[in-house]
Amino acid sequence: MLEPLRQEVQRVIKTCARCGRRFGCGHGEPGCWCEAVLLRPETLAAIRAVSVDCLCPTCLAAFAEKEGATENPAKTDVQKRSATSWAKALPHAAVRSRGVSVVWGLAAVIFLVGSLLGALAVGPAQIGPASIIGSVLSHLPFLHISSPLRGVDEAILWQVRGPRVILAALVGGMLAIAGSAYQGVFRNPLADPYLLGVAAGAGLGATLAIAYWGAGSHGGVLLPVAAFAGAALAVGGAYVLGRSADGARSTSTLILAGLIVALFMTAIQTFVQQQRSDTLRDVYAWILGGFGAADWHAVVVIAPYIAVSSAVIFMHRRVLDVLSLGDDEAASLGLNPRRARLLLVLVATAGTAAAVAVSGLIGFVGIIVPHTVRLLVSPGYRAIIPLSLLIGAGFLVLADVLARSLMSPAELPIGVVTAFFGAPFFAVLLRTSKRRAL
Amino acid sequence: MSAALELRGLSVTFGRSLVLSEVTATVEHGEWVALIGPNGAGKSTLLRALAGLVAFTGGASVQDQDVGSLARRQLAMLIALVPQRPTTPSELTVAEYVLLGRTPHIGYFATERLSDRLAAERAMARLDLRHFSDRLLGSLSGGELQRTVLARALAQEAPILLLDEPTSALDLGRQQEALELIDGLRRESGLTVVSAMHDLSLAGQYADRLLLIDQGRIVAEGSPQAVLSEQAIAAHYGARIRVIRENGSLFVLPLRKES
Repeated sequence: MLEPLRQEVQRVIKTCARCGRRFGCGHGEPGCWCEAVLLRPETLAAIRAVSVDCLCPTCLAAFAEKEGATENPAKTDVQKRSATSWAKALPHAAVRSRGVSVVWGLAAVIFLVGSLLGALAVGPAQIGPASIIGSVLSHLPFLHISSPLRGVDEAILWQVRGPRVILAALVGGMLAIAGSAYQGVFRNPLADPYLLGVAAGAGLGATLAIAYWGAGSHGGVLLPVAAFAGAALAVGGAYVLGRSADGARSTSTLILAGLIVALFMTAIQTFVQQQRSDTLRDVYAWILGGFGAADWHAVVVIAPYIAVSSAVIFMHRRVLDVLSLGDDEAASLGLNPRRARLLLVLVATAGTAAAVAVSGLIGFVGIIVPHTVRLLVSPGYRAIIPLSLLIGAGFLVLADVLARSLMSPAELPIGVVTAFFGAPFFAVLLRTSKRRAL
Repeated sequence: MSAALELRGLSVTFGRSLVLSEVTATVEHGEWVALIGPNGAGKSTLLRALAGLVAFTGGASVQDQDVGSLARRQLAMLIALVPQRPTTPSELTVAEYVLLGRTPHIGYFATERLSDRLAAERAMARLDLRHFSDRLLGSLSGGELQRTVLARALAQEAPILLLDEPTSALDLGRQQEALELIDGLRRESGLTVVSAMHDLSLAGQYADRLLLIDQGRIVAEGSPQAVLSEQAIAAHYGARIRVIRENGSLFVLPLRKES
């Protein structure tokens, strides 16, 4: 007789498809009695041909016995080990959503690690990938390896390239994951992280800081704080405006409100620029974006925002799929679409604002990366969200390498690089992709 | 046990217009009730109010629980709604779409557990969709898509199924197929079905009881034989029809105006 492994398993009363008796089914929960029944894959296949649903303990035991009767008693132990329990074998046959496959997950991780190593290696000072890995290992605790690098190279690696590369990865990942969240929330393939006026607000904040407080292009703490405040103000304004218009019922009202706020803020920004034309160059340099002023301080300041924001968006990956059915159907499935949307917009915007504050306005990443994943891997958000984070990080790291090395020692604005290389790549992808894209 | 659905003076207003006015009705467990009535009568609004999508005044209870006091998720465990034109993202697979029906059973931040995948698989097996599992929704025919949408509602495992014009996009054969399927599900799993329907003959053939709604009010209620009278249809639909009774079945035929 099969005794329950654990009593607290929630059981559903079901009718056995084979004998018609009623039994308590643990419904695939860990601890269900059926975990104790070991069956060979062929037997499982035979059972599943009879019924998709679970069978009662007696019938399952009968299958197990029949299986045992045909086999050599001496072999039983070996076969038991290679056999699979009924419960554990089910997931392989049960339907599932396409997530991140092992291949794509590995490819994305390799892409990111490769870009990071490549970016650390490229520059006027010659530092090879092997010595970079050695130096990284030497910084790990409990590993007592001495760094293979000289003092100067060590400083270049850890004080110049290190923070720059890490910052680019954080910002790239954030913009890409925020872009995919916005596209899901607004059910609009053209949505990008700057949709609700983040760019205009941050631009105004930065312009004011540069023009009136002389923050300059290396403005220390003031510039990012002003940019962040401007971005937060713009999105807050857009939300309040959209809500007062029709209770934020439709996403298009919110987008329209964002546009209005952005236009208004851009007007003020233009006015300020005209009044203080001597600071135009600094403002322009900031707006184009870049990581020339990167240091560990900036990394430490934005990392918490980006970590929390990406984590919350990642946890919403299934909710984003439900939202793709539209508000009504999401609501009839027990979701509160307005609350989910507000939460997602809030965290995506906070993360974007933090990224914009340290890097300026970098376009294209938030649109191109999610769509690349959508076209190459899967249109479901449980693939788009994690892969966008990894690929966005790697993409911006590579773009930054090009920005600082193509016309070295001068630097190109990184937004120029992302668009110059991103646009043709995406065009080719769009053309060659067999699947319908948007 | 008491009724599956009970409406006590349910009213819905949009702005200044009264869309539903004092609707009182009861639906028993395992019953199939069809809502009939002209366009704009309030059939869809009634279904949407029951599914918690539209605010209403008055009382409505599902299996003795007040709709207003239930959390969205709890309501979704009791009531599954198939809208008239469901959004079916063409890039999703059938399996992924059916799995979305499990949403009320899954934690907000969680993903599907084994029990959810088994429930989705059962729903797909019941609607003969197991071989379609990996097909994209965009590649399905109208009838297959309708079965997929039904499978999603079935995977929700709610005892009450609300259908808004379940056959509006289907040809004659697929209409019968879908309605037979719904009737089979109802008998097997003891589902309670409330459906808004345009085709009066089909409504009369499949439903146990009809509610005729016009201008937000229930104007007739009862067995198809009782509700589908030539005068009532003519008055509320503004249509010229003839009702033919044959072998216990009803046929509502439209007539061309004689010139």
